[in-house]
Amino acid sequence: MAGMYSTHMHTPRLVDMKERVADFWKDEATVSNPRKHTLQPIVTGTSVLGIKCVDGVVIAADTLGSYGSLARFRDISRLMKVNASTIVGGFGDYADFQFIMKLLKQQTIDDEVIGDGVYRDAASIHNWLRCVMYNRRSRMNPLWNTVVVAGRDYSGKPYLGYVDKIGVSFEGNSVATGFGSYIAQPMMRKAMEENPNMTVQQAKEVMARCLKVLFYRDCRSLIDSKLEWLQKRRIVFRNRFLLKQTGLLEQILPVMSNLIN
Amino acid sequence: MRNRKGLILKTADEMLSWKSRALLFLKARSTGTTICGVIFNEGVVLGADTRATGGSIVCDLNCEKIHYIADNIYCCGAGTAADTEFTTRMVESKMQLLKLRTGREGRVISALRMLKQYLFRYQGYISAALVLGGVDVTGPALYTVYPHGSTDKLPYVTMGSGSLAAMSVFEDNYKVGMNEEEAKKMVRDAIRAGIVNDLGSGSNVDITVIK
Repeated sequence: MAGMYSTHMHTPRLVDMKERVADFWKDEATVSNPRKHTLQPIVTGTSVLGIKCVDGVVIAADTLGSYGSLARFRDISRLMKVNASTIVGGFGDYADFQFIMKLLKQQTIDDEVIGDGVYRDAASIHNWLRCVMYNRRSRMNPLWNTVVVAGRDYSGKPYLGYVDKIGVSFEGNSVATGFGSYIAQPMMRKAMEENPNMTVQQAKEVMARCLKVLFYRDCRSLIDSKLEWLQKRRIVFRNRFLLKQTGLLEQILPVMSNLIN
Repeated sequence: MRNRKGLILKTADEMLSWKSRALLFLKARSTGTTICGVIFNEGVVLGADTRATGGSIVCDLNCEKIHYIADNIYCCGAGTAADTEFTTRMVESKMQLLKLRTGREGRVISALRMLKQYLFRYQGYISAALVLGGVDVTGPALYTVYPHGSTDKLPYVTMGSGSLAAMSVFEDNYKVGMNEEEAKKMVRDAIRAGIVNDLGSGSNVDITVIK
């Protein structure tokens, strides 16, 4: 049993991992080919919504990857848990978001490997992503995404941030990307005005209403959505197919048939 | 070719390139607006904000965007202020003449027909997006008219730059057969959402109830 913890077994492995990590990050630093620069998003995801509550944060996105006007991938996850204190959601090109997810996963692995028990918090991830996005935009090869970064910062306070494909970044009590900023943001702002000390449970209900209205009015959206939340005490992440479960689907269908008649 | 003054466009390509350049000069000034309407059990409620913008400047803090067409028909206008004003005044006078000729109270559908045929004739160059509502012998009616001349008949409508913010309020709260107080509150909340969240809309909320 003692042999498992002997240092001569760890040191070679650590050196190997360092080399592999360096290779991973080397790709970002090479000279790019202008012909391979992102000119337009191909498979896209629509709005991501986020609300910051007194006891945590909630983000939501639907599960559709649109190929132009074709609903091509109807069950993709545009939300990702980065580590115990951060969740991110991606809007825009899905391939670029998968690349961002890969980068974030490697960040978490790097934190693990260092082994000091400190992991990057949501604010650090947000800041790092801002640098990445701005750097890519400055090289005229953007990651065609808007990322919502949610979670806790080191002091334990809830954190909610937004990073754009051109490096615009800010924090807020409620954030929305794409179509959501026109349709859902007014609803979320009103809800927060009426109830400044919103809990995660109340925020989830507000999100469900916003996702319902987005399904009505955004062509590139789906009824199935996922929602992830981070609550202060319980570091638990769950996602669910919201609208079918909360019974809002039954509410929507009669209204729609009324409009047709 | 003799030396003529002025612009001579010989090929189709030249004409097209001049057309696109001319459009750059003639950028239409929009009011930047939130207007909406909803049908309730006795009639129609129309709402509008009161800000008129010229580019990024607020020209008029308290302008009237709900125009009179007839005693029982009113029209909210978004788009170029001059276009909505003159279009609705023209339809108002035509409706008055129709009323004198037929001896009957005008119908909303007549105003709609006049508006859409007028706007279609100008192929979208008259930038007037209207919400037309009223009550006539056939009951309450609510229509939208787009600058190119297409129309929609719907129970609740929003137009203008703040239309998505207002529509989010409608989609969240609309139900069939509301009473007057509920409808007025919903319209007020919708215009308020436009005023708060859209930079092209602001100032006050005007509401007209027709029943």
